[in-house]
Amino acid sequence: MIIPPTDHQLDPKNWVKAYADYLYMYAITRINDEEQAQDLVQETFLAGLNAMSRFAGKSNERTWLTAILKNKIIDVYRKRSSGLKTQELTNAEGEVTDFFDEADGHWNKQDAPQHFGLDDYDPLQGKEFNHILKKCMEKLPALWLAVFTMKHLDDEPTDTVCADLKISASNYWVIIHRAKLNLRACLQKNWM
Amino acid sequence: MGELKRIIYNCHQATFLIDKRMEGKITFRERIELRIHLIQCDVCKLYIKQSEKINEMIKSLLKTPAGVEIRLDDTFKDELQVKIDTQLNKN
Repeated sequence: MIIPPTDHQLDPKNWVKAYADYLYMYAITRINDEEQAQDLVQETFLAGLNAMSRFAGKSNERTWLTAILKNKIIDVYRKRSSGLKTQELTNAEGEVTDFFDEADGHWNKQDAPQHFGLDDYDPLQGKEFNHILKKCMEKLPALWLAVFTMKHLDDEPTDTVCADLKISASNYWVIIHRAKLNLRACLQKNWM
Repeated sequence: MGELKRIIYNCHQATFLIDKRMEGKITFRERIELRIHLIQCDVCKLYIKQSEKINEMIKSLLKTPAGVEIRLDDTFKDELQVKIDTQLNKN
């Protein structure tokens, strides 16, 4: 199949009108900080202006600008979790170890999963428990949250998440598991 | 055998494999070991259901914008337009 060559043009005068809201929305759902999201939109446009000569016309404007923004979001993820990486994992290690008996790996009685509202809850139907989940997610370390966001919002493959966030594959699996254990426990505790 | 025995009785390792398996990334051997564990462990069976449910919930939470339409502040946009125009006029 022959793909016809496309020749997209850049029209920076109209960027604010055409893409500011879209890019802001894109940023806010991924970093959850209004001020920082605003800044990223501005940085994206300014970076776009500087990179105009490198625009090859292969993608449309919006896709091109979104790619610039995406890189900036990953920078934010890295900054948020930098330096804390080891510390967070150690902290969490403490928490996770609490879920299981250290000697035999059995669930501790008080931490074992029990039946609660989650079991017959349909996340696509009702949204009423979203606020509990949100609260529980906010307690997670920034790096874990970044992993979840990339995985569940952007459906990024594991390799991409690891490369972007500079974590090893084994670290990735440990993070997923620990985050899950903590979220599940938090939901069980707060779900009425 | 020692290792096999360990996973059979180890919920910590079993739940780790459960979460890993959800993305289809465990080895054949791990799959067998997990299956043996699950034969006798109802708590971890419940963990599977809840962990899957949590994935669904996270997905739907992240992908559904907070009801109202989120828009960028108009004053901020105006200022941004000025910055872009200035930059364009320089070149």
